[in-house]
Amino acid sequence: MARAVLSGNEAVALGVKLARVQVVAAYPITPQTTIVEKIAEYVDRGELKARFITVESEHSAMAACIGAAAGGARAFTATSSQGLLYMSEMVFWAGGARLPIVMAVVNRSVAPPWSIWCDHNDAFSQRDAGWIQLWAESAQEAMDMVIQAYRVAEDERVLLPVMVNLDGFLLSHAYEPVDVPEQALVDRFLPEKTPAPYWVDPSNPKSYGTIAAPDTYMEFRYKMQTAMDNAARIIEEVDEEWGKLTGRRYGGLIERYRSEDAEVGLILAGSWAGDAKEAADALRKKGLKVGVIRLRATRPFPAERLAEAVEGMDAVAVVDRSLSPGLPSVLAAEVKAALYDRSRRPFVASFIAGLGGRDVTPLDFAYIVESTLKNLKEGRSGTEWLGLR
Amino acid sequence: MASELPLTAIAAPTRGAAGRTGLWRTERPVIDYSKCIKCLLCWLYCPEGAVLRREDGGVEIDYDYCKGCGVCANECPAKAITMVEEGVG
Repeated sequence: MARAVLSGNEAVALGVKLARVQVVAAYPITPQTTIVEKIAEYVDRGELKARFITVESEHSAMAACIGAAAGGARAFTATSSQGLLYMSEMVFWAGGARLPIVMAVVNRSVAPPWSIWCDHNDAFSQRDAGWIQLWAESAQEAMDMVIQAYRVAEDERVLLPVMVNLDGFLLSHAYEPVDVPEQALVDRFLPEKTPAPYWVDPSNPKSYGTIAAPDTYMEFRYKMQTAMDNAARIIEEVDEEWGKLTGRRYGGLIERYRSEDAEVGLILAGSWAGDAKEAADALRKKGLKVGVIRLRATRPFPAERLAEAVEGMDAVAVVDRSLSPGLPSVLAAEVKAALYDRSRRPFVASFIAGLGGRDVTPLDFAYIVESTLKNLKEGRSGTEWLGLR
Repeated sequence: MASELPLTAIAAPTRGAAGRTGLWRTERPVIDYSKCIKCLLCWLYCPEGAVLRREDGGVEIDYDYCKGCGVCANECPAKAITMVEEGVG
């Protein structure tokens, strides 16, 4: 094991190299670009034996990955924001076609107004595409997650594509020390890809993505849900196994930080979990028992795990870096839905925060806890826009 | 039921898997063989593979699968193909 100082994007690229990806098709967009630049270097130097396909758009990038994966290859792409939206038709196709593609989405706000900074709206716009959606907190986790993602995606009980989300700039361009596993260790964890029985085979021609009349369409969609249910289990198994090999176990579907005896919980996804943990530590020193539940997966949505984790809490605050205009928080709605059937459930406060890359600090999280407790006391629900001017 | 299906929609290629699509037709292409120059452009352009080649080098329409789009009549340089309304001629 070697230690390197890597940006989040470089860590993703290294994860791709270690996973021995065979086909990479991508189109550059800020802040994703340095991932594919790095991969192009690896391919150019012969360090990664992959076909690198430069394409004219993100739609084509995913189309090329679909072809590659259907042909039995391990495929990768990466994008952000507008690129993901442009790709969307093919994103849904990859999900329905059950192709184990892995895509890094470097989360960036959606225009207009034009913005290149961190926001989770891009990924949430694709939440119903049939992709497993994972969220990294650190560069280390981003690298590990790419490797884990192939194991989950290619598992015969799953066979769904995986989106590895990492925060634009806050994670993608921040440099951190990263423990890089030996190639041999990764090879043991992630064996060479074997094509599933239904892969394109020129000697046995088939039509893919054919029409499904009303008598079968529902059954195909039901199979996607079953695969997602399986994925929830597999994500945990894979995390456990990776933990045994590397000493890095992240918690499976959710990471629980000082949540066991917590009275108040912060629920969120992404790199700002670090700030939330810092706030929890500081508040605990003042006698307030605060914990953090970090969602590592939002699809499959970890309803069970979440409900278990918050069972004894008085209140939780869902902090969402995405807006569904008219709702307004998808994350809060999903957390509330997960808790509704529970006899014991905490008060749920909802916050919209950090849109378009607005900075959110540990002090802001301390305020969120304070505000949540105030709302609990006054019995006031609703959504608060953090720091709205 | 769900367990009998593959993971995603995949089909082995068969002739007319979607049924006799010729039933969709509102106009049928009719070839005037006295004008046909056997250039095979209709065979080349037909999007459905419903123009069949004959042993004499000429063509015939497979009315079981021709949807009546009229591309053949439009492309024919000899004006040998006429679109005729179904149920009339």
